[in-house]
Amino acid sequence: MKVTLKIWRQDGPQDEGRMQTYALESVSEDMSFLEMLDVLNEELTARGEEPVAFDSDCREGICGMCGLVINGEAHGPERTTTCQLHMRSFKDGDEITIEPWRADAFPVIRDLVVDRSAFDRIVAAGGYISVNTGAAPDAHATPVPKENADRAFMAAECISCGACVAACPNASAMLFTGSKVTHLGELPQGQPERYARVLQMVDQHDAEGFGGCTNLGECSNACPKGIPLNVISQLNRDLNAAHRHR
Amino acid sequence: MAITGLIFVGFILAHMYGNLMIFGGQAAFDEYAHHLRELGAPMLPESGFLWLMRITLIVALVLHAYAAFTLWARAGRARHQRYAVTKQGYGQFYAKAMRWGGVALLLFVVFHILHFTTNTIQINGDFAAPSDRLVSSFEVWWAVLIYLLAVLALGLHLRHGIHGAAMTLGLNTSLTAQRRIHQVAIAVAVVTVVGFMVPPFAILLGLTP
Ligand code: HEM
Ligand code: FES
Repeated sequence: MKVTLKIWRQDGPQDEGRMQTYALESVSEDMSFLEMLDVLNEELTARGEEPVAFDSDCREGICGMCGLVINGEAHGPERTTTCQLHMRSFKDGDEITIEPWRADAFPVIRDLVVDRSAFDRIVAAGGYISVNTGAAPDAHATPVPKENADRAFMAAECISCGACVAACPNASAMLFTGSKVTHLGELPQGQPERYARVLQMVDQHDAEGFGGCTNLGECSNACPKGIPLNVISQLNRDLNAAHRHR
Repeated sequence: MAITGLIFVGFILAHMYGNLMIFGGQAAFDEYAHHLRELGAPMLPESGFLWLMRITLIVALVLHAYAAFTLWARAGRARHQRYAVTKQGYGQFYAKAMRWGGVALLLFVVFHILHFTTNTIQINGDFAAPSDRLVSSFEVWWAVLIYLLAVLALGLHLRHGIHGAAMTLGLNTSLTAQRRIHQVAIAVAVVTVVGFMVPPFAILLGLTP
């Protein structure tokens, strides 16, 4: 199949950037989206042009490195990561617009690569538990009710890819922050820091320059792991409780 | 934002119920309007209850609008570089509908108070009785149209706002809860739009007693 690609090119953080158009012939529909970009980059390199910079690592949907906004949708038209998206989701002759995550808290480093270290700082602000180091305790030493364990696992599926921020009309990172708060808050090990955690993580979230959540739900729709909106409601619940505890 | 919004929802539903009194005849409607001023008597002075309501609503409106404009400005600062292409969905629609619809509601509230409360804007003659003002105004088609547009904006605001308020208050705890919250939000929005628009259309079509 043939596709026309409109790709955001930006030489560095200070560069203004622009959209550039490339035509790509003979794309196989079995290629992943990133393999299609690899083919483009081989052609560009052969022509002596600068290849398009984009992030990826595992290419199996678990590391969260590969986010792109494809035709206005974070990770493209399927509910999966960009690396797990295949060209069969597109039609012959399609025009495909590819942009980086857009948020001031995620500055563009080059082309389609953004700096997501704001997420690391939110996690550092509260996404941890205090435990004694030493021999690992027996797996069943601390019983966890199945309901709580299931919800913690569901929230822990977050791979910190940033699609929630990219898709949010407010550029808010509340789905990410809510998933961390819910993940640790559902488990006994997360209780000692529960209320300090939510306050510190939300403060850090705001300090990073993410927007405020207005419950629009585009984050959850874009999430490749299908994290539900209720982790944000859980965060609000913990936040209200934290204000009462203070 | 959630608390002030829910204060409005309570007010809106009571207001809608009051408007439907017109179907009990003009005398019943005037009796209701008069009764509003006597509520709480003799514990409260004449119109005391009414002023308590008004002050509560004004304070709520100021806080609500302040929070809304703060969120709006924050969203602008959080994404200076816009996308070239954006897929339109629920979120993109309601991000705009809440903000521009909210501003439209604010303008409407001013117009509405000048129209029915202070009698500054007279649409179809000058009348002393509240019911006469109501009936004469809605005999004019463009008055019905203005109220229809405002009430539709209100319906959209409530459809998303009630869901948002439940989220903010921490009530969305499961996928089942989320489905219920959406159902309640849609139901309240539909009841509000229908409940507010039945009297004006009934008057326009000459169906009121
Ligand atoms: C000054 C005019 C108004 C403006 C600018 C405005 C704007 C907004 C905005 C931007 C939101 C936040 C969206 C969100 O959190 O999802 C909101 C929420 C809400 N609004 Fe308004 N609004 C106005 C008047 C009203 C009125 C008259 C009502 C009641 C009939 C109302 C009821 C609500 C409710 C229930 C919410 C949900 C609160 C929440 O999300 O926590 N608003 N409004
Ligand atoms: S490259 Fe790891 S999730 Fe896509």
